[in-house]
Amino acid sequence: MPDLLIELFSEEIPARMQPRARADLQRLITDGLVEAGLTYASAGAFSTPRRLTLTVEGLTAQSPTTREERKGPRTDAPEQALEGFLRATGLTKDQLEAHDDKKGQVWFATITRPGRPAADIVAEVLEATIRNFPWPKSMRWGAGSLRWVRPLHSILCILTDEAGATTVPLAIDGLTAGNTTRGHRFMAPDAFVVTGFEDYAAKLRRARVMLDPAERAAEIRSQAENLAFARGWQIVPDDGLLSEVAGLVEWPVPLMGVIEARFLDLPPEVLQTSMKEHQKFFSARNLKTGRIEGFVTVANIETPDDGATILAGNQRVLAARLSDAAFFYENDLREVKAGMKAWAEGLKAVTFHNKLGSQADRIARIAALAREIAPLVGADPDQAEEAARLAKLDLRSAMVGEFPELQGIMGRYYALEAGKPEAVADAACDHYSPLGPSDAVPTAPVSVAVALADKIDTLTGFWAIDEKPTGSKDPFALRRAALGVIRLVLENRVRFDLKELLRSCIRDHQEYQAGEGISRSGSRSGSRSRSYSDSKPENLLAFIYDRLKVYLRDQGIRHDIIDAVLAQPGNDDLVLVVNCTRALQDFLKGPDGEDLVQGLKRSMNMVSKTVFEAEDKDGVEYSFGADVKFAETDEERALFAALDQAEPAIGAAIAAEDFPAAMSAIAGLRAPIDAFFEAVQVNTDNQIVRRNRLNLLSRIRAAGRQIADFTRIEG
Amino acid sequence: MTSPNRPRSFQDVILRLQSYWAAQGCAILQPYDMEVGAGTFHPATTLRALGGRAWAAAYVQPSRRPTDGRYGENPNRLQHYYQYQVIIKPSPPDLQDLYLGSLKAIGLDPMIHDVRFVEDDWESPTLGAWGLGWEVWCDGMEVSQFTYFQQVGGHDCKPVSGELTYGLERLAMYVLGVEHVMDMPFNDPDSPTPLSYGDIFRQTEQEYSRWNFDQAETATLFRHFEDAEAECARILAAAAEDSAGRHIPMAHPAYDQCIKASHIFNLLDARGVISVTERQAYIGRVRALAKACADLFVTTAAAQEAAA
Repeated sequence: MPDLLIELFSEEIPARMQPRARADLQRLITDGLVEAGLTYASAGAFSTPRRLTLTVEGLTAQSPTTREERKGPRTDAPEQALEGFLRATGLTKDQLEAHDDKKGQVWFATITRPGRPAADIVAEVLEATIRNFPWPKSMRWGAGSLRWVRPLHSILCILTDEAGATTVPLAIDGLTAGNTTRGHRFMAPDAFVVTGFEDYAAKLRRARVMLDPAERAAEIRSQAENLAFARGWQIVPDDGLLSEVAGLVEWPVPLMGVIEARFLDLPPEVLQTSMKEHQKFFSARNLKTGRIEGFVTVANIETPDDGATILAGNQRVLAARLSDAAFFYENDLREVKAGMKAWAEGLKAVTFHNKLGSQADRIARIAALAREIAPLVGADPDQAEEAARLAKLDLRSAMVGEFPELQGIMGRYYALEAGKPEAVADAACDHYSPLGPSDAVPTAPVSVAVALADKIDTLTGFWAIDEKPTGSKDPFALRRAALGVIRLVLENRVRFDLKELLRSCIRDHQEYQAGEGISRSGSRSGSRSRSYSDSKPENLLAFIYDRLKVYLRDQGIRHDIIDAVLAQPGNDDLVLVVNCTRALQDFLKGPDGEDLVQGLKRSMNMVSKTVFEAEDKDGVEYSFGADVKFAETDEERALFAALDQAEPAIGAAIAAEDFPAAMSAIAGLRAPIDAFFEAVQVNTDNQIVRRNRLNLLSRIRAAGRQIADFTRIEG
Repeated sequence: MTSPNRPRSFQDVILRLQSYWAAQGCAILQPYDMEVGAGTFHPATTLRALGGRAWAAAYVQPSRRPTDGRYGENPNRLQHYYQYQVIIKPSPPDLQDLYLGSLKAIGLDPMIHDVRFVEDDWESPTLGAWGLGWEVWCDGMEVSQFTYFQQVGGHDCKPVSGELTYGLERLAMYVLGVEHVMDMPFNDPDSPTPLSYGDIFRQTEQEYSRWNFDQAETATLFRHFEDAEAECARILAAAAEDSAGRHIPMAHPAYDQCIKASHIFNLLDARGVISVTERQAYIGRVRALAKACADLFVTTAAAQEAAA
């Protein structure tokens, strides 16, 4: 049972590509080995900036011999048929056997494929892997044609068993696999021989290379924390940065520095962003002052002066960077004091989308919409409008120009500097949220109003100009905007008719485009009553519901339940839809829930089927006028009575949003329905009686649909 | 920082790089005699990266970026600065080591400093060129760009050239321990006439900043852009045979007009008269010229290689 060790040694691999590359290497090699008939006990992949490594343990020494029996032509078939068969099987006639078959004597060939040694298979699989490696971007170098992420310098590929290590014979475009590697670029550059994974990892460590990225990350974290702790500071956790930095070094040496006092008045986010984006520094917070006052940089080398030169250099670069940031900040504050008019003016020149006008146009629309939404979320309309007008002004600030990721954060600081209320300033920061499924949702009323207005304006705008996402293409992040609307509405329990709002916004966009020049703020209430017919609002609502399904499914709600609830007409209130869905799921999980619902589903199926078939046949809709006086049987009368009782109960329960009560009321109909179908023939010759029965069933269908379309529940 | 082996002036850094790369077998070329935004525009890089012939050159290239002008006040930003450019085709397998050797030559010992290759893919939309490589960090500061050219002027680079670009002022300031570029010694500080970078360039930075931002006559510049574009197209369209019947296609003169157009575009950009949407269109027009010049160079080079 040999072990396999592969190392692909190259020039520096981008840190962000390493995690994927490790997984790809492991998958491609192990899949290839297994496909060729080998098995293995375990495998693990590692990376440093200069190497991708795979260890496979307990590999079978060779693939098994396989036998295949193949049926050929009849023994009395023409000569050509036999020749063809021999060519296809690679055998000679004396190796064939004749057996009796249904149609007479037939030639049979037994093809034996001998097992192949692991080394042959490994060489083949590794070559294919190198040639087809799925790097996000790859390149050629020198005069060769091989592609890799950066120039590939050497390949280590050995199989190790009790007898020792053997190099797998392999040559690709002038690179020959060997049994050597190199250590740290500067601290241990010489080549050395390795005999197996343990030997490899140990020798690398002596040669100042920590192979495992997880170990490097842990080392950076603990050393950085220790350095900070000694000063009474704390590292600001940043897992993304940690993983990136671990991919930039082979031998991590964290060094701690102090931010010059002259920069400490900058907002902490500015310090953090500048240090992270430009320098890949971790930020350190002074626990006494609560401010960011220091940093940790991670060097890749141990030096005779214990990193003093390196730290001094980094400190100097940071000072230059922060001088720039301070310069931007001071300029911005001057503009804030001057009222930010130049920024508002500047946004007129920034095109949002050539069919949807400038950023300034967009802000005007969002402000009007935020004002309209404000009462629904308990916000002051004046504040919501003002917040919306301020929220994106920072896009013109020098600081956001330099650090786009500070949009909103600077907006909040600048709004506070301008003396705006906290709620208004917070909206500048929070209205972009939520940015994804796990991002926090704003809860402050003004922020919610502006955030909803922002996203609804985006969605309705792009729907109005027919720029919908298709397949994997969603250049304007409309799926994210839809999810944002969903989460804002659900998590803040905002109750309103979503479809109506979408309808009026889409119409406003279309009027803007048609050049009617109607400003939203002036004409909304007037234009709302105008007749308007277009499928776009329904289409957009369906798009939002699709996102809602994904969202609820991620929360463990069954898709058939969501479908059943969404199938109800007039479900334009997201909160109600979700409450109903959850109640139905809970009911199904409860004692006898599944039985009750499945029974109800069967009954409702009968009801629906009967009514639909009749409606189809007669070309009329049975929806009105069932009267107990035309009832002929006790079962019919019992159903009338049950329905008379259930209908108001369901209605009251729904009005009170007491879905469990609604469910038990509808469940009470099941027995009378079943008894009815047992005893009554709906289609009688008496047309009055027949129509009456169909109308009765239709009433039941309508009662059920107040909750869900039970026929869609699976089971 | 006080090792005796350290350079003492800006020109010392340049001279050491020149000797180092000369010793590695590069032809030490002189700067191209036109206004360019970066050393890459020198035909020794742009055009010579094309075709199959081996090539190795190094040179200083004065570069102009009108929008970076700060009237000589900013410690790091200049509208006129120097790049050191090395281009070797095919890229040798030890190019990283050769590069690290050049850092040692100017006094940056990688055993004391933290030298790192950090992903940075290079793309020049105006040249229709891209490559993969890194920005090289020394103690957290970017000191060079290191690129393996993959395409230039829309053509695949075969073989691939390795390109190194050093931002000379920033690198020298670090090596010399200077905080403000204008304070940097240009020649030997102990010489009879010690000159600082500011002695030589403060006035020009002020004057050009004013001209670039406020004075350059935009109507004239727009006209010059059109002229260069038209002349480039005319040269490329001219018959390959001259009046005496000699076969002389003119890729280089055409490319000069492309360089001119590119620089005029940069000036117009600094004057703030090119809108965001127009910007893309202008870049596209320069790229079209660069591609056409590259096409002609490639055809000519292929013919020469076939004849040789």
